[in-house]
Amino acid sequence: MEGITTNYNTKETLIRLFGENRPEESPAMANLREQAMEVFVQNGFPHTKLEKWRNTDLSRSLNHAYTFPLEPASDGTEPEDIFRCDVPGFNTFMVSLLNGRVTDAGKNLPQAADGVIVCSMAEAFEKHTDLIERHYAKYAGSGDNAMIALNTAFARDGVFIFVPDNVEVTEIVQTVNLIHSSEPVFVQPRNLVIMGRNSSLRLVMCDDSVDNNVGFINSVSEFVLAENARLDHYKLQNKNDHSALINNSAFHLEAGANLSTSAISLNGGLIRNETQVLLNGRGSHADVLGAYLMDRHQHIDNQVFIDHAVSDCTSNELFKGILDDSASGVFNGHILVRKDAQRTNAYQNNKNILISDKAVIDTKPFLEIYADDVKCSHGATVGQLDAEAMFYLRSRGISASNARMLLMYAFVAEIVNRISIPELRGRIDDLVKKRLRGELSVCDQCVLHCNSREQKIAFEIDMSKI
Amino acid sequence: MLSIKNLRASINGKEILRGINLEIRPGEVHAIMGPNGTGKSTLASVIAGRDIFEVEEGEIIFRGKNLLEMPVEDRSSEGIFLSFQYPVEIPGVSITNFMRTAVNEQRKYHGLDPMPANEFLAKMEEKKRMLDIHAKLANRSVNEGFSGGEKKKNEIFQMAMLEPALAILDETDSGLDIDALKVVANGVNKLRRPDNAFLVITHYQRLLDYIVPDIVHVLFDGRIVRSGGKELAMELEEKGYEWIKAEA
Repeated sequence: MEGITTNYNTKETLIRLFGENRPEESPAMANLREQAMEVFVQNGFPHTKLEKWRNTDLSRSLNHAYTFPLEPASDGTEPEDIFRCDVPGFNTFMVSLLNGRVTDAGKNLPQAADGVIVCSMAEAFEKHTDLIERHYAKYAGSGDNAMIALNTAFARDGVFIFVPDNVEVTEIVQTVNLIHSSEPVFVQPRNLVIMGRNSSLRLVMCDDSVDNNVGFINSVSEFVLAENARLDHYKLQNKNDHSALINNSAFHLEAGANLSTSAISLNGGLIRNETQVLLNGRGSHADVLGAYLMDRHQHIDNQVFIDHAVSDCTSNELFKGILDDSASGVFNGHILVRKDAQRTNAYQNNKNILISDKAVIDTKPFLEIYADDVKCSHGATVGQLDAEAMFYLRSRGISASNARMLLMYAFVAEIVNRISIPELRGRIDDLVKKRLRGELSVCDQCVLHCNSREQKIAFEIDMSKI
Repeated sequence: MLSIKNLRASINGKEILRGINLEIRPGEVHAIMGPNGTGKSTLASVIAGRDIFEVEEGEIIFRGKNLLEMPVEDRSSEGIFLSFQYPVEIPGVSITNFMRTAVNEQRKYHGLDPMPANEFLAKMEEKKRMLDIHAKLANRSVNEGFSGGEKKKNEIFQMAMLEPALAILDETDSGLDIDALKVVANGVNKLRRPDNAFLVITHYQRLLDYIVPDIVHVLFDGRIVRSGGKELAMELEEKGYEWIKAEA
């Protein structure tokens, strides 16, 4: 049965749109889209009667008269017009997406000579057909995942990254995904990151709002790490309260590959991060981390699936969050240890602080183990700020409000301190403080480029500089 | 400096303090002794402002101000310091940031600008030197993974940083070996001045060999049942608390 009805019949609109807007492309790609569309047609948008969506309700987010831009905007707006890059010490190779389309295609990474490719998916579909054929839509399996299927059916653009064997990308690559439109838009960026043997990459993916308009992003990213590849990946999410962001990330790791991925969610009406990690080669390792700070009526949902398919892999999963006001959160961690995945070492934890009586968290850590020689642990905590610690801090003269902030900050710092890029860690540290002070609303600029570096944050906490 | 009159306090309806009277003048060291469960720690907590206790009656006047009307943090800024019997571990908050926040909030309370960072760091170093603390405190989280002795030394360090008018040491000697005890006691002795005072709460006389009190009080069943000079502590050590219980 169809679980979601909206006044605008979004599903029907999408089906019609699909039929009317077939891009010129290979039969294989057309076939892929058709199959994906079938999955979406059969399943429709996920609704709360589905176990995996029980606590995340899309119906309100879908109840808008969306437009579905499939072609690049023609009004000439450049992302540079809506934000500036002015963080000293944090130089990145930036790729901007406006309403789902890469805007600055054609820029070249200095390491292009080494064979590194950073370009738009639109360009990759044309120029790098061999890589696309081999890797595209191979890792984020649609199965019955309607959101991935919908993305696959419509995907036109996104970011494509290829790092050849033995190349260490020295520059940090940053993608900035912006929505800018006077009417509600529904966009579906698609990213693909292919990493060769012994290669390494640091990638920061930002999702930001530049205004308070309604937007729906259904994004899918696929990452494949060949033997001993190393990916350091960050998702920064600072969206307005009218935004919905569905973020599917699928990571495929071969032997000895090392992944660290962190999702830092600072604001957003509805955010759902679905992270799948397949540990497919011996000795591969994944750190999957997350921090979320939600208030008002914001909703955050982190779904993590880690598949230990072979022996001798390790995974380490830690999500920490603070929910205030009427905010709600979901954590669903699933670790699968397959029969042959002996000597697996897997750790999973989700810790929450609820500040108000109305804030809610549904947390479900889950282990499914078929091997016998494994070390696995999982846990979840939900609590308030520690009254003993509050009294201790206040007894030294620290006001109740600052003591509260200090404890909240300390709680999240465990995640922030694990960010290995120092400038990024400093920046996110500032953002977390601002967020806790209530000063970080949706900036009129991108998360990483808030024009406030010089502004002294009065809250006297600085873990690193003393 | 501190004047407590007929203080009665309870927790969950159970009366713990049943009419405490206590006068402390600048420059004095008072010791409060007594058997377990007689209200020693409750008295310390009520002075510091812990809100799990209900003050039923009486008053606490500190340097002319009514403490009972003040929130915890204001009492601290007014010059009250409590060295905790069980210092709280706060992962993620470094001692430096903790103290810097505390020092600057207290300065703000008194209308002063924040202390410049270099001045603050120099002060930290100075106090560490004075107290013979060699550990690298700066980047460690408050009390996290500290041994019992380290926690108590850290309390004394905080006391040195905040320079209170009245420091209350709640069973600071519990769980300390003799070396840690000496460091703690030496610290207190170095911090003694004519214009500050100490209230040392202890179950054993041992600590008072190192921190010599001017006045010793015996607390029993929520009341101060006897006060005297430092020889009273010796007497208690010899005779035990049964003697007091019998008298009370």
